[in-house]
Amino acid sequence: MRRFLRHGHDPVRERLKRDLFQFNKTVEHGFPHQPSALGYSPFLHLMAIGTRSGAIKLYGAPGVEFMGLHEENNTVMQIHFIPGQCQLVTLLDDNSLHLWSLKQRSGASELQEEQRFTLRGPPGSPPSATQITVVLPHSSREVLYLGTESGNVFVVELPSFRLLEDRTITSEAVLQRVPEDYRNRRSFELVEALREHPRNPGHILIGYSRGLIVLWDLHNKRVSRHFLGSQQLENLFWQKDGHQIISCHYDGSYAQWPVSNDDRQLEPLESKVPYGPFPCKAISKIYWQTTKNGPPYIIFQGGMPRASYGDRHSISVVHGSQQIAFDFTSRVIDFFVVCNADPAAEFDDPSAMVVLAEEELVVIDLKSAGWPAVHPPYLASLHCSAITCSHHVSNIPLKLWERVISAGSKQNSHYSDMPWPIDGGTNLAPDPPQRDLLLTGHEDGTVRFWDASGVCLRLLYKLSTVRVFLTDADPNDNMNPLGEDEWPPLRKVGSFDPYSDDPRLGIQKIYLCKYSGYLTVAGTAGQILVMELNDEESEHVVDHAEADLLQDQEGYKWKGHERLKARDEPVRFEPGFQPFVLVQCQPPAVVTSLALHSEWKLVAFGTSHGFGLFDHQQKRLVFVKCTLHPSDQLALEGPLSRVKSLKKSLRQSFRRIRRSRVSSRKRRAGGGITGEVQEANSKFDQDALQEMELAPIQRKIEARSAEDSFTGFVRTLYFADTFLRDSSRHCPSLWAGTNGGTVYAFCLRVPPAERRMDEPVRAEQAKEIQLMHRAPVVGILVLDGHGTPLPEPLEVAHDLSKSPDMQGSHQLLVVSEEQFKVFTLPKVSSKLKLKLTALEGCRVRKVTVANFGSCKTEDYSENNLAILTNLGDIQIISLPFLKLQIRYPCIRKEDVSGIASCVFTKYGQGFYLISPSEFERFSLSTKWLVEPRCVVDTQEITGNNYLHNKSGMEKATRKSRKSGRLMEHALLNDERAAAPVGGGDV
Amino acid sequence: MSLLWPNATVWPGASAPSTSAASAGPIGPGSQPVGAGGLCLGPGQHFGAEFRRFSLERTKPGKFEEFYGLLQHVHKIPNVEVLVGYIDIHGDLLPINNDDNYHKAVSTANPLLRIFIQRKEDADYSAFGTDTMTRKKNVLSNVLRPDNHKKKPHIVISMPRDFRPVSSIIDVDILPETHRRVRLYKYGTDKPLGFYIRDGSSVRVTPHGLEKVPGIFISRLVPGGLAQSTGLLAVNDEVLEVNGIEVSGKSLDQVTDMMIANSRNLIITVRPANQRNNVVRNSRTSGSSGQSTDTSLPGYTPHTVQNFHPEEDDSDEDDIIIEDNGEPQQIPKAVPTSESLESLTQIELLHDSTQNGFIPFSEVNLCHSAGNVSMEYEIHDPDKKSLEDGAIITL
Repeated sequence: MRRFLRHGHDPVRERLKRDLFQFNKTVEHGFPHQPSALGYSPFLHLMAIGTRSGAIKLYGAPGVEFMGLHEENNTVMQIHFIPGQCQLVTLLDDNSLHLWSLKQRSGASELQEEQRFTLRGPPGSPPSATQITVVLPHSSREVLYLGTESGNVFVVELPSFRLLEDRTITSEAVLQRVPEDYRNRRSFELVEALREHPRNPGHILIGYSRGLIVLWDLHNKRVSRHFLGSQQLENLFWQKDGHQIISCHYDGSYAQWPVSNDDRQLEPLESKVPYGPFPCKAISKIYWQTTKNGPPYIIFQGGMPRASYGDRHSISVVHGSQQIAFDFTSRVIDFFVVCNADPAAEFDDPSAMVVLAEEELVVIDLKSAGWPAVHPPYLASLHCSAITCSHHVSNIPLKLWERVISAGSKQNSHYSDMPWPIDGGTNLAPDPPQRDLLLTGHEDGTVRFWDASGVCLRLLYKLSTVRVFLTDADPNDNMNPLGEDEWPPLRKVGSFDPYSDDPRLGIQKIYLCKYSGYLTVAGTAGQILVMELNDEESEHVVDHAEADLLQDQEGYKWKGHERLKARDEPVRFEPGFQPFVLVQCQPPAVVTSLALHSEWKLVAFGTSHGFGLFDHQQKRLVFVKCTLHPSDQLALEGPLSRVKSLKKSLRQSFRRIRRSRVSSRKRRAGGGITGEVQEANSKFDQDALQEMELAPIQRKIEARSAEDSFTGFVRTLYFADTFLRDSSRHCPSLWAGTNGGTVYAFCLRVPPAERRMDEPVRAEQAKEIQLMHRAPVVGILVLDGHGTPLPEPLEVAHDLSKSPDMQGSHQLLVVSEEQFKVFTLPKVSSKLKLKLTALEGCRVRKVTVANFGSCKTEDYSENNLAILTNLGDIQIISLPFLKLQIRYPCIRKEDVSGIASCVFTKYGQGFYLISPSEFERFSLSTKWLVEPRCVVDTQEITGNNYLHNKSGMEKATRKSRKSGRLMEHALLNDERAAAPVGGGDV
Repeated sequence: MSLLWPNATVWPGASAPSTSAASAGPIGPGSQPVGAGGLCLGPGQHFGAEFRRFSLERTKPGKFEEFYGLLQHVHKIPNVEVLVGYIDIHGDLLPINNDDNYHKAVSTANPLLRIFIQRKEDADYSAFGTDTMTRKKNVLSNVLRPDNHKKKPHIVISMPRDFRPVSSIIDVDILPETHRRVRLYKYGTDKPLGFYIRDGSSVRVTPHGLEKVPGIFISRLVPGGLAQSTGLLAVNDEVLEVNGIEVSGKSLDQVTDMMIANSRNLIITVRPANQRNNVVRNSRTSGSSGQSTDTSLPGYTPHTVQNFHPEEDDSDEDDIIIEDNGEPQQIPKAVPTSESLESLTQIELLHDSTQNGFIPFSEVNLCHSAGNVSMEYEIHDPDKKSLEDGAIITL
């Protein structure tokens, strides 16, 4: 009857599959791509970031994260939290408003879009009449004030978004009592700022772009005070006590205006150009923060001298005689100040400044001397230097974990020890099941170690390989050449620095042995570094060796980049991973594959020319094997077109700087024109598309041949202790797979430990397999007698894996881009295969063995292959029978960099880049799932009488909930519980 | 002797059936010519087959001797004794050996007269089918004793190692008339496959009327390439399947990858842009020979798919191993173990169903068995375990 059972329809297996596999995209790590707006709720202690693609992300205490996406995918222009509520309003660049709520469902909060609204004027009115420039959520939580380009302020009811037309504040009404000569000078004014009176919710301050500022009495519907400014207005701020307002201007000045009994203020109390006297750039936003003891903090964005520093992205903090202009490497999107938000409090007492720059989040501790930066627990800028490769190591032993953290903490001494100031919400997610490290290699020759165990991807330690080499860039060349006495007092902050000194330093492959602490990294110019973890600082010479992969083949000329020059003198290395051996391939082509066997103390490396084996114990090259086809000139000479010259790289760096500095300050300037341009562009795109249809793309259908280019390119290297020559004796072996479908197997003789330094390691080629379909070999794996993949080196020694079965016969699994094939060992005969490409037209891009545990049965788990195809699908294929288990679409097939960046973990999770700065985390397993689960408590604020509802009971619940925390925290919580008013901070 | 124009394997040295020359129009009552296709198998020392196409005047067919001479002349085999057969309206292969049956053949040609020539000494007389009773018995006995069919093949073309196929049209019996399934044999030749594909759109009849759907088309043939030299593929032919897998819904890149992955034994089903050269099947009126294959049609769809299930297609299994720097050798197949039983049984199932659903090829109406051409020589290759077209045990 067996013959009638078709595979894939076995009900028992189907049920088991449901217990094992499940696909989820769980969390996005890193920094949002193209942020465009920032919002903060002093009440919830939550921060919101909007992006140009319409995403909004909310962050609170570490682990508290929410994400929403506007259907329109339009740029988020502004984000405003509704005071005292778990709600926020977003303004998109299509002039639509969206109301979002944090709703609790089964114990956890979820972010949901509730309402959307587009302000419409009477028929026939120009679009500018209703083009929203500013949004003010009123502390009553009942209405939103919407300032527009026409100068009118519209009022809409919340949460219904019903327009209350009778309450509209028209510019005519405002101008009624303005002196005739002042009015004439200003024919058209848009609303630039709306601020609620800090003490009197019945009054709002309206600032118009040409300089007029009025205090509007909401009850009597009339202007109660006029401030006749003459400079083009940028923004406004209330002093906490409501006695003064501060305006900032286009000419780089700011002014204080007293709110006196005079109906009309013709002149400000004081006006200042902080970086005068030469023309300055606009101050676009200002904070005036009072303190109990001492002068106020004046914090403003911009205002730099136009000629010399007009290209800087700065925020200045002035506190008495102290003044620093924080200089950001990318454009400042927005910022806010965390302060005592209690409206009843007498002073602001700011504690921290949070700045959203285009490429990173920077938080400055304003309470500690020197205003140091705070190390953010999330929103890490993964792309400080472009990511060139990633490597994931699961289940790190505690010892190694602690040593890495300790090495990293020594690098982070310049950070403030202030607790993270944005601490809203409660993280409900269980502790991560294990300690995981994600290692990212970067273009600038650094490797970053990230804690990838939980929802927050946190930088633990940064390793630089640059010091091993002599490069053009002087390491002492400080990015901040200005001394302390310089004016303006600029201070560089943040870590975003995408400008690589030398592209040859780029990291291409990483392998970390978590048991021994050996790390090997390989780079763009054929360099391989072997390192070990040292808790102490060390100064030593790095031994170096050359591996000539072309051996005696002569008459070839490498036209690619030169190899890096190694330093001959001793180099000082800080505690952490310290290199002790450098191997340089000749020709210095990109290292395309790397393997380390920490037990045998061997490292194998491959390039487009061949591969080699290096004994890092004896520091001796064991052998090299040239895989190059003699006619393959392209590989031989180096892929010229792909190699960036130093000059070109510099040029690109400058271009990038320039591009990032192009000011897009005026967000609504000429909105109509941009609209037209966009329309024209889209029309052009359409035409281009049609043209493409006329001349369709052709694809050549041709079988691969041995003469194709880059067939010698080494794609994969693998160490295995298996039966290579005869079935009675197993031995260490090295396997290599090439782009041309060739597999080489070398038999290794590693001397026993006691004679390890005395006898050389020997290697001999034992087998060469040529796959006739000639597709690139992307994975090689040996399965033991039970069909289980061989354990990693030292895994058995550390009792973390069963010893492999050496009784039954071993099998060799070769994964090419097109097929999976199982061969017997030691006599190679083909046993099983799965022809993926022939069946589905997709090709294998990434493959790994992953262990899947059952969510139902505690002790059941199985090993399967997880693969990512060029179509962005993930498939799980059983071992050792190669049956397709399940398939999930994961990445868009057009997203080539996403597919190329994907890395799988050993327990059925994975990461891929969704932008240069963000990793998407996904899970294929039902058992291991790392995703945010958090709650933002809305119950504490009840009813409408929140202003007076500061009952002790409520405070008590809040305190008790967080009683485990530091005293400082409890204090903050108290402030927060009593601080429902005063939102709309941005 | 199932080789039959146009469902024929083309051997090197044989001229390909030039599709563009197949110009025989419908036979009218008047003086229009009869298109005749002749196939000649391996005369003399050279094994092979060739096609010839020529026209006859329907009204003046002449004598059989003249026709016999004409055939010998056309195929340039003046001194070779041959048997001449033709396909009647029911698809039966009937002999032409006198004036009467020659005239009958010409008068019933619709529109083409398909003539089939065998060398006398190699002739397989059982291929001629008139006795339906015998055939039924054979069918029965084959079903009951499947071994019989394998052990005693009736059709012998020649020894397969004496020539090498480069392309063939297959599965004519199970495909719609508007489609053509072409097999290109890449291995062993230095010729490039030599074609390009592109995106395009074609019109389909759907329940909602005519609909424009995306499709994949042949965009270019490289002069001198395998694809061009067979004459079986042409620019603007729509690609429908690659080795049994439908391409609809797949991107150009996917189809490209599938074709390259199968490049050593590529079977593509196309809808030719030029539909005039299609096989026109005879109208199957009831009665007469009773040889209607309609009964087998309901089962044809699964067969289509299974026939070319790439997992069962083993032609690229010749991976090479070099042990200890010795001589390159082909990697043998491992002895089947219990875990591979599953796939084995599947193939057996397929085999069974072939026998039950289809009348074994050696007995059937030749027109419908033509799809099995390519397997003929495989069966006679004692080294290969081929069971069916492309269905070789894959372990």
